[in-house]
Amino acid sequence: MSATTATVGVGMRSSPVAPGRTALDPESQELLEALKSSGRVYDDACARLHELLLRAARFEVARRRRGLAAGEADVIATEAADDALLAVLRRLDDFRGLSKFTTWAYKFALYEAAVKVRKHAWRDRELPVEEDVLGALHGGLPGPEEDVEMRERLGMIAAAMDNVLTPHQRRVLVALGVNGVPIDVLAERLSTTRGALYKTLHDARSKLRSHLEEAS
Amino acid sequence: MEDNNTNELLGRLLGPADPEIGCEACFEELDRYVELEAAGEDADAAVPGLRPHLEGCPACREEHDSLLALIRKG
Repeated sequence: MSATTATVGVGMRSSPVAPGRTALDPESQELLEALKSSGRVYDDACARLHELLLRAARFEVARRRRGLAAGEADVIATEAADDALLAVLRRLDDFRGLSKFTTWAYKFALYEAAVKVRKHAWRDRELPVEEDVLGALHGGLPGPEEDVEMRERLGMIAAAMDNVLTPHQRRVLVALGVNGVPIDVLAERLSTTRGALYKTLHDARSKLRSHLEEAS
Repeated sequence: MEDNNTNELLGRLLGPADPEIGCEACFEELDRYVELEAAGEDADAAVPGLRPHLEGCPACREEHDSLLALIRKG
C-alpha cells in the first residue's frame, strides 16, 4: 500500500459517514490553517509537524527494532518522518476532521516507519521458496505430540492450495501465510502494493474456505 | 499442542471469515477508529469491516496497535 493511494475495500467499503466529531479541536484547526498558509507561518508549521512525525516515527521504530543498531534506528526514523511530512502535505485536503489532526498525521509516520523497519529486516534475505508446504505447516505445529485431526485439516488445506488456487495466489499465500514474509517486503519484491497483495491473499483465503466447507 | 498457536496458524492461512475492508480503506479510517476505541466508543459499529481486517493483516494490525498506543501515551 502507498499512503497516498485511494480508498479501496476488499470485501466491502468502510462507511463514509462519520459519527461524532463535527468541528476541529482548536489545536488541529490552528496547525491545519498554518500548513495551508505561506511564508514564515507555513515554514514554522512544517517544522512543528515534522517534530510530531519524528516523535511518532521514533515511537514505531523503538517498538519494532528487530535488531537495529541505535544509529540505524535514528536514520530510519528520520527518513520516515521526512517521507511522512511529504505525504501529509500532499494529502492535506483529504483530512476530513474525523479525528484530531495530529492522530491523522501520526498514522503516516507510523506507516512509513513500520514499512522501513520491515524492509530493513529483510534487506539481505532472499524470499524463501517453499515446495513442501505440508511439511512446513506441520513444522509450524507447536507441540511434538500427534494431533491427528489438526494434521488432517492442514493436509486438506495444503491439497486445496495446490488444487484450487492460481499459481500467483498460492505463491502469495505461501509467502505471507506459511513463511511469514512481511507483506511490504513481498510487495517490494514483486513490484506491487500492499493493497494489491492483500486482495490476492483475501481471494485465496476465500477460495480455500469455500473449498473446505464444500469438502466437509 | 497449544490452541492459540494452532488458531494463529489457521488464521494466517484462512483469514477472517467476516467481511473486511482492504488495506487502503483501513489506512483511511485508522485515525478515526483508534480515537473511538480510546474514547471507549463502538469503533466497530462506526467502521464495519476494519476489525476483521486487523485480524487478517499483521502489518495493518501493527500500525493500528502503534497508533492506539501512541495516542494513549499522549
